Amino acid sequence: MAVTGAALERAAPRRRRRVSGATRLGVALFSPALVYIAALLGLPLVLAFLYSVGDVTVGSVGYEFVGLENFRSVVESPSFRRALVNSFVFTIASQVIVIVCANALALALRERFRGRGLVRFLILLPWVAPISLGAIGWKWILDSIYSVVNWVLAKMHLVNLFDPPMWLGRPALAMASVIAVHSWRMIPFSTVILLAGLTSIPKELPEAAAVDGAGFWRTHFEITLPMMRPIINVAVLFGVVFTFTDMTVVYILTRGGPYDSTQVLPSLAFQTGVLGSDLAEGAAISMFLVPILVAVAALMLRVAHRAEVV
Amino acid sequence: MGGPRRSPLTRLGRWLIVIGFAALLAFPFYWMAITTFKQTSDLYNVEHDPFVFNAAPTLDHLRLLFRETLFLRWFWNTTVAGAAVVAITLVLAVPAAWALARLTGRFGQQLGIGIFLTYLVPPTLLFIPMSRVVSWLGLQDTLWAIIVTYPTFTVPFSIWLLMGFFKAIPRDLEDAALVDGLTRFGAFVKLVIPISVSGILTVVIFSFTLVTQEFVYALTFISSAEHQTVGVGVPIYLVRGDVYYWGSLMAACLITSLPIAVVYNLFLDRFIAGFTVGAVK
Repeated sequence: MAVTGAALERAAPRRRRRVSGATRLGVALFSPALVYIAALLGLPLVLAFLYSVGDVTVGSVGYEFVGLENFRSVVESPSFRRALVNSFVFTIASQVIVIVCANALALALRERFRGRGLVRFLILLPWVAPISLGAIGWKWILDSIYSVVNWVLAKMHLVNLFDPPMWLGRPALAMASVIAVHSWRMIPFSTVILLAGLTSIPKELPEAAAVDGAGFWRTHFEITLPMMRPIINVAVLFGVVFTFTDMTVVYILTRGGPYDSTQVLPSLAFQTGVLGSDLAEGAAISMFLVPILVAVAALMLRVAHRAEVV
Repeated sequence: MGGPRRSPLTRLGRWLIVIGFAALLAFPFYWMAITTFKQTSDLYNVEHDPFVFNAAPTLDHLRLLFRETLFLRWFWNTTVAGAAVVAITLVLAVPAAWALARLTGRFGQQLGIGIFLTYLVPPTLLFIPMSRVVSWLGLQDTLWAIIVTYPTFTVPFSIWLLMGFFKAIPRDLEDAALVDGLTRFGAFVKLVIPISVSGILTVVIFSFTLVTQEFVYALTFISSAEHQTVGVGVPIYLVRGDVYYWGSLMAACLITSLPIAVVYNLFLDRFIAGFTVGAVK
């Protein structure tokens, strides 16, 4: 007893010293990254908030607190209301398309077959190639005069080649085009995430169901889909963030036009705050992204937490 | 493999989905290739079948792209910025990830998740204040503006990705190195880093491709054409007024996209592991 006590006493300080040395090393290794993130993510985040409740323009040096003035003038502008609605339409429509297509595609790609590698490469192209370049490719495909889509539709006698649909020039068509191109971009991403989830489902389960006489659809909806729920959640959460906060597709295809009909919150913030030099209103518009981001972050933590517990 | 018997209908359906989607998703790249080699008079004729060459293929658009535009300059800028961002990312993320994975216990895991969440902060939320920060640093309209800011995307995701790699290394291995007289830091440099090469390579590819793919910050911070990256230079500056040089434009898109796509494709499964940690066991 006494011996153990003495041994413990002797061991304890040494152990403590070693732990604290290790901790110090850990802090030293970790702090450069933390300082960098605080300076270039934390600080701008604080500034974004300050700008949104202040009076700042590109030329000005001073800062004056104006409360919710910027938000009031933003909310009153028809462009903003249009952009807010468009952002939700853009996000929800493209995510519905993406999840349905990605599900079908992931199921179809699940089993190995000859040429799967090539097919995977082709399918992934929209995601791995720079989106600004993919979008400009679509701008050519949807050109007002030389659109290949119109040429094909004209051959099928669905459109008149001399009065073709202006894919990017009419409000409803432009919105549909922007949604379609963004979905095109996101389908590969969701597909590979769902594939990762599919491979983790034990093969025996759907097979047993099939042996028991359940058909494809029943097996799919009653066994495979419920088991894929967590991974579908992950794909949707990332998809929502990458869609709601994106302006690349809109900016390149339509610049938000015609008449703000495809304007979304990020592109309006860019137009107001960067091109229009109204930092305060631009920052206020950007602030409307925050609730969605916070919600997604909270849901993601729940997904991560649940996975850890189970 | 095998699996249960599939009805011919299911198999047909599967093939239709696979081929249909592959064609649809890859179509714009095929279209870029066709456009690149078509003569201008062939491109701009509504009567012509756009799927075939109605006139002899030409290299004119490529010639224009390489000789009379800033394309090569943009390519070079992207490479330089990419290399610099990779270097900064490795210096910041590798030690931090190891520290979080190993040394600070449960707190490390929580901090790791916190850092991963910062990856969700989008450039469209920060571009306005960030442009102020960039001008305080005196970096506006230089390549440095993006070299300094892009690690805000790459560092958080890379820390998260590398934490997974480092956790997979048995602790005993490091302890054995300590017994052999190495310091903990020595064990990290001489033992952990060499066996984590594939994880580190994943971070390298991720960071480099991000530089080629990012659009918003480069568009916001860099205002002159000669300092741009490919991702902004091609879609913005290859358009003069209202005139789109479609042949050269599509050539530039294709030439840039394909190599990035090939490399990214090789490492894709590891990136996806970063996104799905927690939801897939």
